[in-house]
Amino acid sequence: MSLNIAQIRADFPILQEKIRGKQLVYLDNGASTQKPHAVIEAEKYYYEHQYANIHRGVHYLSQIGTDLYENVRKQIRQFINAKHDHEIIFTKGTTNAINLVAYTFGRKFINEGDEIVVTEMEHHSNIVPWQMLCEEKKCVLKFIPLQEDGSISLEDAERLITSKTKLVSVVYVSNALGTINPIPELIAIAHKNGAKILVDAAQAIQHFTIDVRALDADFLVFSGHKIYGPTGTGVLYGKEEILNEMPPYEGGGDMIKSVSFKGTTYNDLPFKFEAGTPNIAGCIALGTAVKYVQDTGIEYIRAYETELLQYATEQLSQIEGLKLYGTAKHKSSVISFLMEGIYPYDVGVLLDNMGIAIRTGHHCAQPVMDHYGIPGTCRASFAFYNTKEEVYVLIEGILKAKKMLS
Amino acid sequence: MQSINDIQDEIIEDFSMYDDWNDKYEYLIEFGKSLPLIDEQYKTEENRIHGCQSRVWLHAELKEYKLYFFADSDAIITKGIVGLLVKVLSGHTPKEIAESELYFIEKIGLKEHLSPTRANGLVSMIKKMKTYGIAFQAH
Repeated sequence: MSLNIAQIRADFPILQEKIRGKQLVYLDNGASTQKPHAVIEAEKYYYEHQYANIHRGVHYLSQIGTDLYENVRKQIRQFINAKHDHEIIFTKGTTNAINLVAYTFGRKFINEGDEIVVTEMEHHSNIVPWQMLCEEKKCVLKFIPLQEDGSISLEDAERLITSKTKLVSVVYVSNALGTINPIPELIAIAHKNGAKILVDAAQAIQHFTIDVRALDADFLVFSGHKIYGPTGTGVLYGKEEILNEMPPYEGGGDMIKSVSFKGTTYNDLPFKFEAGTPNIAGCIALGTAVKYVQDTGIEYIRAYETELLQYATEQLSQIEGLKLYGTAKHKSSVISFLMEGIYPYDVGVLLDNMGIAIRTGHHCAQPVMDHYGIPGTCRASFAFYNTKEEVYVLIEGILKAKKMLS
Repeated sequence: MQSINDIQDEIIEDFSMYDDWNDKYEYLIEFGKSLPLIDEQYKTEENRIHGCQSRVWLHAELKEYKLYFFADSDAIITKGIVGLLVKVLSGHTPKEIAESELYFIEKIGLKEHLSPTRANGLVSMIKKMKTYGIAFQAH
């Protein structure tokens, strides 16, 4: 079986749009993915027919909303094969989830002189929360270096992750380079040294199957909007025993069991970490997005995207003066490149004028650009609704931009 | 010396010759290439304009009560845009610059063609040039 791309494209209304008079070619999926009609409709339907606040109302609508919301939690639990529903914490997204871990696990378990290890390919959201923690707790942030092809070496990881390491926080797939990191091996190294590990799956969850129990990840985070769901949604997975040890993050709403002027007792998992009214409609639509991906078949998505990546890499490599950044053996569907003597911004602006959406700049991963000594790259990132014809349009666009800018 | 508005009108006329935005970009690119480079010593962090996706430097000098701007950017399209601003505002009195109303950006359609990130850079450039105008009025 293979994917019916024409049918899939018909499911995404925005792909029929014209931008600046040209047929949209959307290749900025690393920043955010487009939404299928089912996801848009799920959010709309909830607001039009089922909306009420959840977890507190005794009335019909509140119970409907609560059931829908909690069913998504079960669905996500199954999707990533977590052991318990309450190990799934709904967040605003990846950044929010990492900050939650930094503020709770970090403040309770990481002390002066302890070490946190990340890689040089992290995006800012997996650097800054740890820098803030290190400043406060006088702990040390270490970086596993980036190699020329955009991968990391396990020897470096072995050297840097030691008994002093309390947490390893590492991206599964680099948003800037597409590198797929050796997560099972990194988890084994972290655990061997008694450290916990957080896997940032923001660029992975939409591309291949993730099984948190098979991986033995302590934490795993992702954003809803990168897996065809709404913005402002996301997930923090954590092992029950670790989440139970962590203090709450924000106060108020569902995280409370009882409050008096003498003090407060906190709610149990997962509500302990879900203060305030959550993005109910967004979470329900996230469930629809995950179902869409599951129904399509994530193994077929992976196979198709791999084929598309190989094709695009071959085609782009043939352009004279084009250099690829991130040529690791294991890659997801991200291609970063630069045209010799041409600033990425200029290429992005001209492609935009042709209806082609790519990302230019440092992609919120400035240390990666510093490593290569470049200001940024042009990045084409593919989803399973992209086609080889669109790769061809991209190539034509790059050649035209090159001619205009040379 | 042409007034600020005369120069703006001239640019609007130049751009009106092109229907296609590719041609307008070609014009901007060529214009960017023709912009005299800023002296390397002025490419400092202090002279850098923030808010642009690319790096932009702007240096101003006052000579005989008139302000002259010198600019550069890594990106050629940005350089073209800042070049247009330099062309419009350079060589006028600080008061004229501070009080100028830059209508050409909207008239040539440049603003609507720029994403907010890029438009923010444009706004930062104009703000910086006008700030120089205000600051030098005291001299």
